[in-house]
Amino acid sequence: MSKYHVSTTINGEPTEFLCEAELTLLDVLRDELHLTGSKEGCISGDCGACSVTVDGRLVCACLMLAVEAEGRAVETIEGMARGHDLHPLQQKFLEHAALQCGFCTPGLLVAAKALLDRNPNPTETEARYWLAGNLCRCTGYDKIIRAVLDAAAELRGE
Amino acid sequence: MLAYTAPTTIEEAVRALAGASGVAKVLSGGTDLLVQLRSGRAKPHLIIDIKKIPDVSGIRERDGGFVIGAATPGAVIGDCKALRQAWPGVVEAANLIGSTQIQGRATLAGNLCNASPAADSVPALIAARATCVVAGANGRREVPVEGIVTGPGRTSLGRDEFIVAFHLPKRPPGSADAYLRFIPRTEMDIAVVGAGVSVTLDPGGVCTDARVVLGAVAPTALLVADAAAALIGRALDAGALEGLDQAARRACKPIDDKRGTIEYRIKVAGVIARRAATIAYERAGERR
Repeated sequence: MSKYHVSTTINGEPTEFLCEAELTLLDVLRDELHLTGSKEGCISGDCGACSVTVDGRLVCACLMLAVEAEGRAVETIEGMARGHDLHPLQQKFLEHAALQCGFCTPGLLVAAKALLDRNPNPTETEARYWLAGNLCRCTGYDKIIRAVLDAAAELRGE
Repeated sequence: MLAYTAPTTIEEAVRALAGASGVAKVLSGGTDLLVQLRSGRAKPHLIIDIKKIPDVSGIRERDGGFVIGAATPGAVIGDCKALRQAWPGVVEAANLIGSTQIQGRATLAGNLCNASPAADSVPALIAARATCVVAGANGRREVPVEGIVTGPGRTSLGRDEFIVAFHLPKRPPGSADAYLRFIPRTEMDIAVVGAGVSVTLDPGGVCTDARVVLGAVAPTALLVADAAAALIGRALDAGALEGLDQAARRACKPIDDKRGTIEYRIKVAGVIARRAATIAYERAGERR
């Protein structure tokens, strides 16, 4: 079995791993690197539970081969809190009860952070469209959107 | 056993394709290919990732037009202000494909070569008179976008060929395009019908050039010459819109499926063509 050697950066840390060509970035994050925050939902790019950023772009880790991470900078949910200090999005998700089972939460947080990094003052409509690729079967989305908009306001210092 | 290679030149990629002993697949954004790998529908022996080839990613202005690298993701296309200004219909079509996450990876070349009859970017590209630069063992050739897809899941590309870039031509004053699709929800769905319209208007608002292309109503995107003819030589009055609607409906050869019946798709094709044309005219009117 020939394996590929990949040098990448994950949450700011230089990281190396060996993998087979068919493995996805999600497979390697979860099974090799034990970063199990990114979830495997649909494995077809529909649910967003595996959302990560690669060189700042939001993507589904299930739709990217692990070998493609060579030389790129990957950010996962594990990079969001600073030690025990939650990111404002994480804090607002708790305050607004924007999660129930929690399976979709890491993906939603990563996707919402990508939105706020790009647009610090999104409208509700912009937030809803941006997050349309993150499915939640529990909350009905309303609390999630409120949490995201509230976190955006806090990050703007309002 | 699957092998992976990421060549850094077009020539290397062509050699890998031409020399592959089994099935080789070109990887750009991978949003269709990885799903097919997982489901077993695609069983390649070799994946050739073209994203490390410098010219195959990114957007450049050239001779008043644009060159869009085949592996440029939708998110980058949407961020290009100059392209949005010149070709709003192409950009809105590309940006309709999938979610924000999909936009981070999905490309025009992938959308075209996946060869779905419902591909959103394809009608807009054909309406724009876009061409593809195709690289292969015999060198490069330039092909109109409508020359690539031959049927659902099938293309005219040889086994040693792949798309390197798309060219969008320079626009005369008074020109604009638009793409609209009908889906039963607001986001994250596949077109029941799509329509791309590109027009050029003279200073009096009379249409001097038009292209009308329908998606998801035939095995491939349909370039409807009769629909364009209904627009050319007149302003966008009720008669022109009725002629467009009729020509669009006449051209449809759709299937019945869970997204819509034949009758429904034909009816909606006329409506969506009218609405896309109306948007294209409004945009063109602001540029005269």
